[in-house]
Amino acid sequence: MLRTVSIDSLMPYIGVVLLVIAGSFFFPQVLSAGYLSQQLQIAAFLGLLATGATIVILLGHIDLSVPWVLTGAAILSTALVGSGNPVLSAIAVPAALAFGALIGIVNGIGVAILRIPSMVWTLAVNSMLLGLAVLNTGGFNPRGEASPLMIAMASGDILGLPISFLIWIALSIALAGFLTRTPFGRYLRSIGFNEKATFLSGVSTPSVVFTAFAIAGMCSALGGVMLAGYANQAYQSMGDPFLLPTIAAVVIGGTSILGGRGGLFGTIGGALFITLLTSILSVMQIEDAWRNIIFGTIILVMLLFQTLRKGAAA
Amino acid sequence: MLDYMRSNRREVIAGVVLIALLAAYLGSHPRGASTYVMTIWANQCLILGLAACAQFFAVVVRGIDLSVGAVMALTNCVASYLLDGSAVGIAVGMLAVVATGALCGLLNGMIVVYGRIQPIVVTLATASIFVGIALLLRPTPGGAVNYDLADAMTLDLLGIPTALIITVVAVIGFWLPFRRTGLGLGLYALGSSEQAAFQSGIDTRFIRLAAFTLAGLFGGLAGLFYSFVTTTGDAGIAAGFTLNSIAAVVLGGVLLRGGVGSLIGALAGAFILKTIASLMFFSGIPSLAQPLFEGMILAAAIAIGGADVLRARNKLEVFS
Repeated sequence: MLRTVSIDSLMPYIGVVLLVIAGSFFFPQVLSAGYLSQQLQIAAFLGLLATGATIVILLGHIDLSVPWVLTGAAILSTALVGSGNPVLSAIAVPAALAFGALIGIVNGIGVAILRIPSMVWTLAVNSMLLGLAVLNTGGFNPRGEASPLMIAMASGDILGLPISFLIWIALSIALAGFLTRTPFGRYLRSIGFNEKATFLSGVSTPSVVFTAFAIAGMCSALGGVMLAGYANQAYQSMGDPFLLPTIAAVVIGGTSILGGRGGLFGTIGGALFITLLTSILSVMQIEDAWRNIIFGTIILVMLLFQTLRKGAAA
Repeated sequence: MLDYMRSNRREVIAGVVLIALLAAYLGSHPRGASTYVMTIWANQCLILGLAACAQFFAVVVRGIDLSVGAVMALTNCVASYLLDGSAVGIAVGMLAVVATGALCGLLNGMIVVYGRIQPIVVTLATASIFVGIALLLRPTPGGAVNYDLADAMTLDLLGIPTALIITVVAVIGFWLPFRRTGLGLGLYALGSSEQAAFQSGIDTRFIRLAAFTLAGLFGGLAGLFYSFVTTTGDAGIAAGFTLNSIAAVVLGGVLLRGGVGSLIGALAGAFILKTIASLMFFSGIPSLAQPLFEGMILAAAIAIGGADVLRARNKLEVFS
């Protein structure tokens, strides 16, 4: 974990502190425990998606199938629970995770075997999943409900900390350990730097790509399951608003979009920063237009700050 | 002729696919190949076609532009204010709309070149800003575009859809001469190898700035033409166009790693994508299954484009 702490990855945390201070200046309730724990709970949804995206981006690829993997997992899990059959509702969460892993492997096949650029292939997979969902649900909001387990995962809390936040952090720590302490993690980064050299060193690069996309798919699916638990239902396009903030969270966290460089520690900060920024902008009741403008500008400023710092160091 | 076809293999394949699809579409349409059917088809195709041209200029220099849809939304909203009134006012307004697009592109380019940030992230952030400005201009869809002008641009001339005439003029009047200029060659040089281009004395910064400005300019043209088709301003149109423009350039044989492809390919890709969607509509496939079929055809088309891998003689050839 320590190795992934760079100055770039600390920046979003500094941003979070600044946001809280600036926000509390206008709205004292920003400092209340209730508000902050609610932010942690909501940040977990974006954070889980960003965790998966970090792994794919470290590999030098990108996963644009996040929105409909998320929605698909949500539809699948709520439909299984809604069937009323106790066995089916017990396997709702594992089934959704298996679905995410399966789509991840489909993504990996296109990228590693067919050598299609991940940006296009995952986009095509996303539109096929959209088609499947429409075919399955008839274009209406799918029937079904969340199980008590899913609701607890999304909305419960232990000792005042939201369970969703704890799940996210536990998963991040586990994956960060996996990335820094196993050969897989080293291969992942080295493919991000130079796939050819990694292949020539005797690494089975396709299996690393498969694993990375499968993990990312499972993260998206877990995010979908928990969002379904949060809303107590699945709905069409529930994942669409998450795609771009997910990429933004990863990049703000100091992970290079070119691959190889970065880590999960920064991503946690990035997800917290973006959630808090969105929330404070809406608490301030700024109209939608200005919220978009401020959001884009702040992301640009943070990125410019990263390159300025590197320019000064070089 | 054969040499030409061999050296432009990607465009030729895209063209043949497009003709086959169009034939299937006109064959299955209940009203057949009438001017009316062709006009509607060509209008839809040209909107995405111009967006794909915008994407092409970013992709050919090994970049990507995620703000294409946002630039379209912004210019569409600007157009809904400026394209009504006196003839002179409308002419100036059209220039202003396209200039707005070019300015957006220039901004992208300056942040990419001088801020040294990856284009994908820059345009992700600026897209949010552009949509924000579009929302400031038009919180709700509205405004108007001069109907005579809109009709002139979106109907037909002597039975030929105006949109097709615009497409041909863009290719013959702009692209073919442009490709032979220093800037046109520079785009390919920069996309193929930035280092080699730099060492040959090409001003890589200028070329990249120009590429993104051209991307913005074509985004502005796409927004302008969209305004002619819909005659209102709507800030919410961004989402679909950006991702479709990427799919379109890839279908048209433009490589995302830069330096390969042409504007003709990008246009053909966009036309293919739109024709598939229109074909679905009359194909008799149950309407609920259509999005799935569209996705599968898109995936299959892209996978076939990736079949080059199978011809690689050496496993190392696939890493590039």
